Amino acid sequence: MARTRYAPDRGLTVRMTVTMFLLGLVFVAFVAAIIGILTAVHASGAAIVLVALIFGGGSAIASLFYSDKIALSAAGARVVTPQEAPELHAIVDRLCALADMDKPRVAIAPTRMPNAFATGRNSKNSVLCVTEGLMYHSNLTPEEKEGVLAHELSHVAHKDVQVMTVASLLAIVAGLLVRFAFYSELFGGGRRSSNNNQGGIPVVLIIMAVSVVVYAVSFLLIRVLSRYRELAADRSGALLTGQPSALASALTKVSQGMSRIPNEDLRAAEPLNAFYFAPAMKLTRGGSGGGGGGGGKSLSQLFSTHPSLEKRLEQLAKIQRELGQPTAGGLSAGPGD
Amino acid sequence: MGFLDTLLGRTKPVQPKLDDLFALPSAAITLQASSGFTPTGSGSVCFRSVEGKTFSDIESDVRDLLNMDAGKPGGGLPVEVTRDSYGYTWLVSSHLSDELDALVTDLHAVNSALVDNGFGPQLLCTLVAFRDERERRLALVYLYKRGTFYPFAPLSGQERDNALEIQIKNALAEDLKIEQDLTRWFPVWGAPGM
Repeated sequence: MARTRYAPDRGLTVRMTVTMFLLGLVFVAFVAAIIGILTAVHASGAAIVLVALIFGGGSAIASLFYSDKIALSAAGARVVTPQEAPELHAIVDRLCALADMDKPRVAIAPTRMPNAFATGRNSKNSVLCVTEGLMYHSNLTPEEKEGVLAHELSHVAHKDVQVMTVASLLAIVAGLLVRFAFYSELFGGGRRSSNNNQGGIPVVLIIMAVSVVVYAVSFLLIRVLSRYRELAADRSGALLTGQPSALASALTKVSQGMSRIPNEDLRAAEPLNAFYFAPAMKLTRGGSGGGGGGGGKSLSQLFSTHPSLEKRLEQLAKIQRELGQPTAGGLSAGPGD
Repeated sequence: MGFLDTLLGRTKPVQPKLDDLFALPSAAITLQASSGFTPTGSGSVCFRSVEGKTFSDIESDVRDLLNMDAGKPGGGLPVEVTRDSYGYTWLVSSHLSDELDALVTDLHAVNSALVDNGFGPQLLCTLVAFRDERERRLALVYLYKRGTFYPFAPLSGQERDNALEIQIKNALAEDLKIEQDLTRWFPVWGAPGM
């Protein structure tokens, strides 16, 4: 009976699926190449590959498992109780009740720059962190703060930490292989050369070359995926609060690095760093298409973890139009009258 | 949320559960018998407004609908609309203390209007106020997305009477679906309609 105004964004879904498919494809090709190389000339590289897999997998699992602690200590943040930060907790409480999700722990980082991030391996262990700048020193209105928090809660709901960890596993392993292959060539080259002398090119070098290519490709794909996850979080956050333009103005304010109307001496503002909700980056014009490899994009945008401010605002404007669509028939005869 | 939704990074907005609200009138009788709390006759629906004219039109339609019966016997007072500091809208409906059925019907009218127009996910909670003879305040808060109730007993300042809340929880365990996850018993300080 209930019609929904909250249709999924098909274009975004398709683009994200294609990206993940390509990542999977690279992964399969990578594994196939490694197996192929190893069966062609036996085991000399096997140890290296195995070690890289163990190290890569291990570090990915560890970073996933300790993601909340690592991020909190990197930001110097502290988990706060409802008594310490009643306003922040109240906003999060309400958003979690609206979204029917477990409430994450809430932390505050003693940074003046307005920003926020969310991390943690699952919904029970996630933590949402905002900077003091966002909460107390910015000229963000309560609605705008809520928009930022809704965006971060959407990251938690989408399990973005897990998804991105799995997605980066390949890049981690490939990166380790490059390094291992490089060192083993450096220190153990003489010993192995008698082993692989058929073609002249040592196995280790081939593995290294393949790994470099895989690393580069998967690095770019991960960045593409990350940008799509940001757009998805913007979308869910805006739908959750029903205020896409509040999120849009929060994005604009935060992306300035400091409020348009500064409350404090500009010289006191800290350098732009560790931007999670919105990274410090130049607005690049053009490149309006959605795909991964638009020709008009600048290099910085290709490597960026966040979509451009323009693209994010564009999406929010679209959601605003969707939410404002008039209801067919209006409020018909109400129930019980 | 399904695996596919996680993979594709989308959340389906949660539709509210409305039916459990009608358990309130009978629970109120149990509550009075076991702890002496009686309904004050006022209650409120809290929802997150959506920006734009479509939503504000629905909002004013609902208000007009509820006010049609105001002043008539059993119709209660005109509804009050307040916006709290978190940006949520509260529609307060006030009846006589023995008209809990009419109150619940009013509250339900708000729910249906929002749901019928596709804004069901915006509903946050409904609150029905109680008092005992010592003038202690108590509210039963209904969480739409969970379909569960929890008691909220504010003291002066920002303090909650947790002992009383637990006592009410146990008293009503048979009559209402009580929210078992205590972290979801969020305080609604200064909620209109208390």
